[in-house]
Amino acid sequence: MTPALKLTDLSKSFPVGKRLFGAPKGIVHAVQPLSLEVDPGETLGIVGESGCGKSTLARMLVGLLAPSTGQIEIDGAPLDTADPAAFGKKIQYVFQDPISSLNPRKTIRQVMEAPLKNLHRMDARARSNRISEIFAAVNLREEFLDRYPHEFSGGQAQRIGIARALAADARILILDEPVSALDVSVQAQVLNLLADLKAEFGLTYLFISHDLAVVEAVSDRVAVLYFGSVVEVGPAKQVFSNPQHPYTKLLADSAPVVGRPLSAPEGENTELPDPLNPPTGCAFRARCVRALPQCATDVPMLEPKGPAEAVACYNPNN
Amino acid sequence: MSGFLRLLARNKLALGGLIVMSMIVLLALITPLLPLADPDVTNTADRFLPPFSEGAFLGTDHLGRDLLSRLMWGTRLSLAVGFSAAVIAATIGAAIGVIAGYYGGRTDNVIMRGVDMLMAFPYILLALAIVAALGPGLMNALIAVAAVNIPFFARNIRGITVGIAHKEFVDAAKLAGLSDAKIILTEVLPNVIPVIVIAMSTTVGWMILETAGLSFLGLGSQPPQADLGSMLGEARSALITNPHTSIVPGLMILVVVMAINLLGDGVRDALDPRLKSGALSRPMPATRVDRTGEAPPAPEDSLLALADLRTQFHVKDRVYKAVGGVDLSLKPGECLGLIGESGSGKSVTALSVMGLVASPPGVVTGGAVYLEGEDLVGAPYEVLRAIRGKRVSYIFQDPLATLHPLYKVGDQLIEAVSSHRRISRTEGRAHAIDLLKRVRIPNAESRVDSYPHEMSGGMRQRVGIAMALANDPDVIIADEPTTALDVTVQAQVLTLLDDLRRERGLAILFITHDFGVVAQLCDRVAVMYAGRIVEEGPTDAILNAPAHPYTSKLMACVPELGGGQRQLEAIPGLPPVVDKLPKGCAFAPRCHIGTEACRQGDIPLDPHGAGRRVRCLTPVTAPQSEEAAQ
Repeated sequence: MTPALKLTDLSKSFPVGKRLFGAPKGIVHAVQPLSLEVDPGETLGIVGESGCGKSTLARMLVGLLAPSTGQIEIDGAPLDTADPAAFGKKIQYVFQDPISSLNPRKTIRQVMEAPLKNLHRMDARARSNRISEIFAAVNLREEFLDRYPHEFSGGQAQRIGIARALAADARILILDEPVSALDVSVQAQVLNLLADLKAEFGLTYLFISHDLAVVEAVSDRVAVLYFGSVVEVGPAKQVFSNPQHPYTKLLADSAPVVGRPLSAPEGENTELPDPLNPPTGCAFRARCVRALPQCATDVPMLEPKGPAEAVACYNPNN
Repeated sequence: MSGFLRLLARNKLALGGLIVMSMIVLLALITPLLPLADPDVTNTADRFLPPFSEGAFLGTDHLGRDLLSRLMWGTRLSLAVGFSAAVIAATIGAAIGVIAGYYGGRTDNVIMRGVDMLMAFPYILLALAIVAALGPGLMNALIAVAAVNIPFFARNIRGITVGIAHKEFVDAAKLAGLSDAKIILTEVLPNVIPVIVIAMSTTVGWMILETAGLSFLGLGSQPPQADLGSMLGEARSALITNPHTSIVPGLMILVVVMAINLLGDGVRDALDPRLKSGALSRPMPATRVDRTGEAPPAPEDSLLALADLRTQFHVKDRVYKAVGGVDLSLKPGECLGLIGESGSGKSVTALSVMGLVASPPGVVTGGAVYLEGEDLVGAPYEVLRAIRGKRVSYIFQDPLATLHPLYKVGDQLIEAVSSHRRISRTEGRAHAIDLLKRVRIPNAESRVDSYPHEMSGGMRQRVGIAMALANDPDVIIADEPTTALDVTVQAQVLTLLDDLRRERGLAILFITHDFGVVAQLCDRVAVMYAGRIVEEGPTDAILNAPAHPYTSKLMACVPELGGGQRQLEAIPGLPPVVDKLPKGCAFAPRCHIGTEACRQGDIPLDPHGAGRRVRCLTPVTAPQSEEAAQ
């Protein structure tokens, strides 16, 4: 089966402290070369803490950022240009902050019509039919179409954001923290809506979040990102219940869970690695309880471990 | 539009400016229709007639021309030139600024350095140079004034555009296939226009002055055509002998520019979103108290107690009942969790304790806050100030926003102490290091001299906690202190808070929306919905067997780690808006077991088993039946 989305050695580095002439002061590797495949109809969860490169990765996948190296293939066809319009028909983005992703001075109808007009060149009648269809799918009333974004609650605005992504008729959606700005009672509504839409339209999701429980609840597979690299990938039900990489275990142990006594699974003196001056070897070794001498010199590669799992560690938990 | 006028009218000076300006513009518009003498006809026999002469109300000038007529025509011309220059400068400047700000990078650099070069010349020199190159004349003066003001608009608009170009809706437009030109015209420009209007309204006056200046020097309007500047220039030689020829146009310039500037300031205030939302006034040092009736009695043996506390926001004719009668009590060493969704009133409850709700629009309308039996609602500001940070201190959600970016963290810690007691420099520094050690910051001796931006989020929140501990308080109110932190850091901060309260007998009011955090940290929990406590009791009992349907539904919404992929239970509907609360139970419209009785009247917070209270007519679980519920 052709993967819906295939990333090969995709990486992004940013120059820091640009000068008028000569080389920049330093280079930050926001995303290290990474390869991933997402099957059609699958939800791949991506978790990681702030600064791990989640958002940079997401922006590359929709063409908002040009990758430094590597290739993105959608349904087997490579997309080389960083042109959001070329990506837009195949892959769309749902933003974290639903309100600020809507132009405050445009009505919802104008927002919804933009992809239909510019990506699909539909005429007025076809546009109006398509919008009705999508609004019915996301449970929004059509009377909302002539209102402005500030009149909506976060949950409603996020439905509109999802509706806009669907309007482009893309089969892959990048969901970048789609519920972290929402209240818990509304969060569940939106997550369930996403699940229904996926079944109805045969969508493929890349679900990015820092909330392990949410990612686990919605994903088929989960990739754990640390310092710009995938350190572990595997089926959602195993990644957190039986973590292989020490970092995944640290994440799973840190999440507050009802019924588990409070404990800090990590010492207080740990500091995140400096992106401008990355450590040699494994980026996690300074925080790792299982570090070996080898970890200081060699960078562990993502190696298959079991049928569906892969982990980048010389001394995994199991 | 009517809202804009109302905001404008609130500023009396701006209203005055508007009235004066309207009259002047109206007069300028109807000047050709008025029965005035021809402004350019000379009559040397009647030169320098004083004001109020027969046939010349304002007198005549050195060539015997009627001053009133010249003043009217001159004002008309000066206004037209000033406004045209402003429109031209704003259009060109905004176009340059939008393009530089939107594309950024090299385009931005080249354009803005060009603009900087233009700004490096003294403006009058530049204007003179332009007029010198083009030759004197009113049109050329207009071009010069517009050109000189382009950099001001370009810089202003560029700054705003840079902010807008990085907004998510611009990314969304790119993904919807819009071209750059379309994005600039339909996404960026509509959001920039208010800024352009503000910049124009505050510079029109200045441009009228500049045009008058050029005309005064003889580079603008050419004789015999009158504008305010050339009238002044021609009157200069007779300044001592016949001052009225200078005073008439001089006064008009003064009135016009003053009126425009006052109006411009008013327009800016009315359009500025920051000033629009809040009243144009500073918040008071403590929340306004407007308590009718007696304060409810103090509960016994509690350190901090809220009794029937009511806080409202009065915005125009709407009343938002953010806190609608909250009872809470905190014993020494106890940790009470206050859980709820956004808008449930939990933060306002916390801020009301020390009178920190901004007034206007906040008002405490009822109830009491007792700190060891002493009522703090309506206490004099001096009393509150002595307690704030000393006996009751706060930890807020975003430590980057609560720490001052320009001061070292050590100095900020010392300030927190020295505002309550005198402390020497060395003693303060030692105390600050000690505080940083207490919150387990490594290398406290060197970290004390760090600035907030040099620390990570977790470190900054520890500094926030250290500041809360600075005066050995009895109570700490922590408002979502870990929401902005990563999970690994959150675990560290929570452990630290837990250790501190056990070591020092601190009472903590912990506000959060996360049941996992409550379960791990808090002894008791209170659940808030639409400004009221709906359920309260020991954490274990409530988490094991929630009695209020809202609590149980809310818990079911939250996925818990280890459950695998699954469908989540959602609560239908939205939380109510607190300015139109339904009668009876606020949760009834979303409740699956609500009955007609729930919508009738006020439902009390009744005891429900050991140490528990619930505000519900049909609790999900029976009192003290934990085993049955499980």
